[in-house]
Amino acid sequence: MSLSTSKPPAPRLATPKTAAIAARNAADVQLRGSWSLTFARLRRDPASIGSIAVILLIVAFAIGAPLVAAWTGHGPTEQFRDTGLSPSGIPVGPSAEFLLGADQLGRDVLVRLAYGAQVSLLVGVVASIAASMIGVVVGVVAGFFGGPVDTVLSRITDLVMSVPFLLCAIALVAVLGPSLPLSIAVIVFFSWTGLARVIRGQVMALRHREFVEAARSLGASRTSIMFRDILPNLVVPIIVYTTLMIPSAIVFEATLSFLGLGIVPPTPSWGNMLADAANGSLYLIAWWMVVVPGGALLALTLAFNLLGDGLRDALDPAASKGGKGA
Amino acid sequence: MTRFILSRVGFGLLVLFLLSVFVFVLFYVSPSDPARIIAGDKATEELMAQIRVKLGLDQPIYVQYLNFVGNLLRGDIGFSYRSGLPVSDLLYARIPVTMSLVFGAVVLWLAIGIPIGIASAKHPGSLRDRFGQGFAIVGISFPTFVLGMMALFLLYFLPTKAGVTLFPPGGYVPFAQDPLGWAWHLILPWTTLALVVAAVYARLTRGQMLEVLGQDYIRTARAKGLTERRITYTHAFRSAMPPLVTQLGIDIGLMLGGVIVIEQVFGLLGVGSLAVTSVAMQDRPVVIAIVLLGGVFVVVANLVVDLLYAVLDSRVRTAAR
Repeated sequence: MSLSTSKPPAPRLATPKTAAIAARNAADVQLRGSWSLTFARLRRDPASIGSIAVILLIVAFAIGAPLVAAWTGHGPTEQFRDTGLSPSGIPVGPSAEFLLGADQLGRDVLVRLAYGAQVSLLVGVVASIAASMIGVVVGVVAGFFGGPVDTVLSRITDLVMSVPFLLCAIALVAVLGPSLPLSIAVIVFFSWTGLARVIRGQVMALRHREFVEAARSLGASRTSIMFRDILPNLVVPIIVYTTLMIPSAIVFEATLSFLGLGIVPPTPSWGNMLADAANGSLYLIAWWMVVVPGGALLALTLAFNLLGDGLRDALDPAASKGGKGA
Repeated sequence: MTRFILSRVGFGLLVLFLLSVFVFVLFYVSPSDPARIIAGDKATEELMAQIRVKLGLDQPIYVQYLNFVGNLLRGDIGFSYRSGLPVSDLLYARIPVTMSLVFGAVVLWLAIGIPIGIASAKHPGSLRDRFGQGFAIVGISFPTFVLGMMALFLLYFLPTKAGVTLFPPGGYVPFAQDPLGWAWHLILPWTTLALVVAAVYARLTRGQMLEVLGQDYIRTARAKGLTERRITYTHAFRSAMPPLVTQLGIDIGLMLGGVIVIEQVFGLLGVGSLAVTSVAMQDRPVVIAIVLLGGVFVVVANLVVDLLYAVLDSRVRTAAR
């Protein structure tokens, strides 16, 4: 019975090549931990390196926002109606004074971009980590206990998944008033379900394995088995999913702000900068108002998505079929 | 099989019930006062009290809720606080716009996403696959409203400024009035929505097809001498379909919320833009109706998926007995 559940070995396993690799490994025996192997694989993937660079750049830009403000001499909410707007009230484009142009109130787009990066990163990272913690706990508990506990938790997960989230989010924000903590809470509430499902499946596959039996026979408590024995086996999906959750959280926040339901103006966020651009179709004459925050948003989400993919390939090479060469 | 369907219907009703309780309680705790919204800023306390009695807002929340559900079952969704029009009229005016948007986008995203996924899976690692994967990751990362604004700028504004009108700036023409104008006005919103969602389908199709193409019965089919085309489309794609159907159900279900941003960008007066304006004006009956309509969308889409599953995959039929 237990034999039939294990996957048959992949065909074409023993090739002359594997023998050669075995010989080479024997000649150069060097123990490398899985983390160092992971980093080595990640280093060989130009897309991952590029995306890490982009993310670090944007993080530095966000942290250095006050420096950018000091260097340009423009505050994030300061309005320069004389220099930032043309006599007819149209924002000026990129120039020596405003490197990335000005917006409809004569504010410096570069400075606002830097402060907006703080919001995007904060929301993306905090919401993803919180959501992944909830997802992991729900998934582990449901998968480990099974039975009625699993039924209840899985139904709750299904329930949250079948809620039209953007509609509920705007109703919620409209009633309670927009704010940063509420945006994060809404994003967390609607983001944990995918990971919970994945983790539940993995735990169900793991819970009857020998090492769990061993822990149980040694007298380990359920909590200890769940979190000390099973959880470490789930590090790969948790890291990959959390990384991939960040870009969707960032886009979610930008969408809320774009609809006027996220970060309250005048505090800059990339979403409300884009809303300013869309307001009255202003971006058609002031293209930098959409290209700058839109491009930054795209760069950041693309970087996180590429990094997530790269991490998946690096952490779990067996799972990536074909695709990129090893 | 009947039991399976009944349990799914029951779950759908539970979702709708909880959703309705959620929006109801949400507005009950809301600091805004509907009587103030209807009567205006200068209304007297007396007038506002009258309005509350008329709307039944003086009743305890569970009575209000039961009244609401009772009316709903009789097909009465209530009246807008702002315009005084029946909510059903408001929705009827908006639904065709949103439906047109969703319908075209679904057709387009399947037509774009699935062939890209199949082409990628047939030659993993090839240049074509790399392009497909690149398309997928850029599409997944692109926020719809940014893509929409860029499309309007590049395909509407710049050509129009240069004297060539390629596309209209947005707006909606009813299909019955002018089918060509309908399509012409919707092609940019369709494409914007479709490109972003197609990326998800390209990835999903690729993953599924890779898994299926590696299986023994495909080798058997090849050994029988079937053409590659036949193997791909008749044998492999059929097995790869169920997860795509699930995803399609989820996406269509959530579209009512998903089109909000597209409707905003392209100035389409659909259900999504009605939701945004009603929320901004605290127009409670309209918001409640739209959220519930969104819930109905999700529930019905999920039900259709469950039924299709039973048709596509005989294992579900037996397991559900």
